[in-house]
Amino acid sequence: MAWQWFHRLGSPRWFYEKTTAWMPWLAALSIALLLTGAVWGLAFAPADFKQGNSYRIIYIHVPAAFLALAGYYIMAISGAVGLIWKMKLPFMVMKSAAPIGALLTFVSLVTGSIWGKPTWGTWWEWDARITSMLILFFLYLGMIALQQAFTHRDTSDKASAVLALVGMVNIPIIYKSVDWWNTLHQPATIKFTSKSTIDPSMLYPLLIMVIGFYAFYALVLLLNTRVEILRRESRTQWVSDLISATNKRA
Amino acid sequence: MHPVRKQRLMIVIFIVVFSSIAVGLMAYALRENINLFYPPSKIAAGDVPHNTRIRAGGCVKPGSVERASDSLEIRFLITDGTADVKVNFNGILPDLFAEGEAAVINGIVTETGEINASEVLAKHDENYTPPEVAEAMKDKGEHQKTCEGLKYGA
Repeated sequence: MAWQWFHRLGSPRWFYEKTTAWMPWLAALSIALLLTGAVWGLAFAPADFKQGNSYRIIYIHVPAAFLALAGYYIMAISGAVGLIWKMKLPFMVMKSAAPIGALLTFVSLVTGSIWGKPTWGTWWEWDARITSMLILFFLYLGMIALQQAFTHRDTSDKASAVLALVGMVNIPIIYKSVDWWNTLHQPATIKFTSKSTIDPSMLYPLLIMVIGFYAFYALVLLLNTRVEILRRESRTQWVSDLISATNKRA
Repeated sequence: MHPVRKQRLMIVIFIVVFSSIAVGLMAYALRENINLFYPPSKIAAGDVPHNTRIRAGGCVKPGSVERASDSLEIRFLITDGTADVKVNFNGILPDLFAEGEAAVINGIVTETGEINASEVLAKHDENYTPPEVAEAMKDKGEHQKTCEGLKYGA
């Protein structure tokens, strides 16, 4: 009885029908947050006394990096749930999370590089933070490739879930790399245990951008997952009913 | 929980724990190589090979920067609070290079324990402050905590 809600969550059809109503709200929320955060951060937040305006790339760089890491956990945990409970939906979520994570990792690497040139004086340095982030990018690419490598969907789901779980060790390494080793990258600015070392006037737009990125991530993940549901369930009765109902309305 | 699922859960935990231990041991064994740079105290103690290309990192000691009037030549000391090392450089410095700020130097340690640098990078800190706030803090003497809290030697 206690597990009933959990097993219902594993039904792709239930998930698809449930999330249909969320999509416009999630889209509106993420657009509103991203616009507010970007305009506030890029136009109204004060410049930094040392870096001037070049620090403003933080409003893209940090949220993208946050979601690249958090997205990996989402991918790996859905893979684990899929392995343990043999449910279809978690594997669909895992597959949908990989390209989004790869793109976010790429964005944080590129913005970091663009930021590095005017501040550090170099585009790239093989320090622990940057290198471990590059490994994360390759892990995401490996996930995408592994999904395509098998003819049986079951095999490719299981194999990529194992890869996601093994790669999970990289996430705390990325996060703590700047504290464990001497790196060129500075330590974390937003701290959870002590006061953040950024002025509140610069922090608020950054937090809005982070929340906006989370909302946008949720939106894109749901979109991808819903497409994956339709693709994998295309032979079922409820999908053909759904399609004929949509065609009738059109 | 169904026993079969419990068993699969154990396998998942096993994968995560043992891959973490494996990578953790690897990172521990390679810890000196993962560090991007040597702190000045290691260079001063002679732990760093001479005449090969290395990276050094530390705080640019306030008041130690000497610039040549007719060229780009510059000399300064980097410190980690324990030891100072002299750096010679002839080239373009990044905008954020300043006294009291951290820098990473790519160069060769000479027999006399100085570094002949081929590249100097600025390692900026994690603090972001608007100019007015920085001015106000300077007036109160709060912001001159340069070169403090360095743990590169640890």
